[in-house]
Amino acid sequence: MQSFKADLHTHTVLSPCGSLEMSPGRIIEKAVKEGIDLLGITDHNSTLMCRVIAEVAAEQNISILPGAEINTKEEVHCLTFFQDWKKLETFQQYLDQHLIHIPNDPNRFGYQVVVDRNEQILQEVDSLLIASLDQSLDDVAEVVHSLGGIFIPAHVDRPTNSITSQLGFIPENLKADALEISKFTTLNEIKKLQPNVDAFSIIQSSDAHFIDNIGDISCCFHMESPDFEEVKMALACKNGRKVTLL
Amino acid sequence: MKVSEIVEKLDLKIFAGSNNLDREISGGYVSDLLSDVMGFSGEGNVWITLQTHKNVMAIASLKEHAAVIVVKGFQPDEETIKHANEEGIPLLGSHEATFELTGKVFNMIKS
Repeated sequence: MQSFKADLHTHTVLSPCGSLEMSPGRIIEKAVKEGIDLLGITDHNSTLMCRVIAEVAAEQNISILPGAEINTKEEVHCLTFFQDWKKLETFQQYLDQHLIHIPNDPNRFGYQVVVDRNEQILQEVDSLLIASLDQSLDDVAEVVHSLGGIFIPAHVDRPTNSITSQLGFIPENLKADALEISKFTTLNEIKKLQPNVDAFSIIQSSDAHFIDNIGDISCCFHMESPDFEEVKMALACKNGRKVTLL
Repeated sequence: MKVSEIVEKLDLKIFAGSNNLDREISGGYVSDLLSDVMGFSGEGNVWITLQTHKNVMAIASLKEHAAVIVVKGFQPDEETIKHANEEGIPLLGSHEATFELTGKVFNMIKS
């Protein structure tokens, strides 16, 4: 079994609140510097930057976990990840169908651009990506799991847009593969506030919107190789795989 | 004032808890952040919200609310209705938006 350093929550130039410097090349350059083996790409309600970043990452021997950070109708942020491009594309169609359409005002919220590896703009996304879907937390979890994906409520300790801020506490029978805590807390602290987190694997990630924050905090996956199936096993604590916090 | 009075006067839909409409209302609370409701609402409150998740009833029960009213014609989740019946707390619905509905409930309680 090997150890892999992972930061599974990173935004890119596509997120309106993401820095325009968050281009594929610069994200991977910083990830290399931080010694990250496995990087999750999770823009708000969009998967459109995953593929180009995976291409650049592969050249540097970094694995990408492609996905998105979903905003549910309760305004709970959740990380989602998928095994292959076909499933990611199916999920993107679901997002296109269910994101509540509010036109983006770049001066107010920031630019939402898809760029190529040379930082050339390929597309500007019109619909405000930090809006919410018309789908509930349970709906999104079900769709993600029907595609064989991973579903992780994000930054569960935060006072905004977290499962605890929006729904008061971790719901009974929550169908989550893990919970994410932010860099602003510790496992002990969250256990005191939400005793039922014990039922879940916990990850901790940077939620980087700026280059400097990539790898601010990370977790360690103990598994055979840095890929989707191994991550899934580690989150389920199966076959000797597991995830630990640093 | 009893829950049955606001149900009647505001023509509210009863999703659950129809046997418990004689509960007494002490006041109200309006918020869609369940963490906030858990911290700051009071016993006997009628809680007005747009959230439909089952945690709504867990919190209404914990805080001993008189009733919950879901606004804008939203349909509570199946589990939410089930919990409301189990807890015996009226789960009600209105087609009005929060502002208008709250104004009416406030005036009824005040008078």
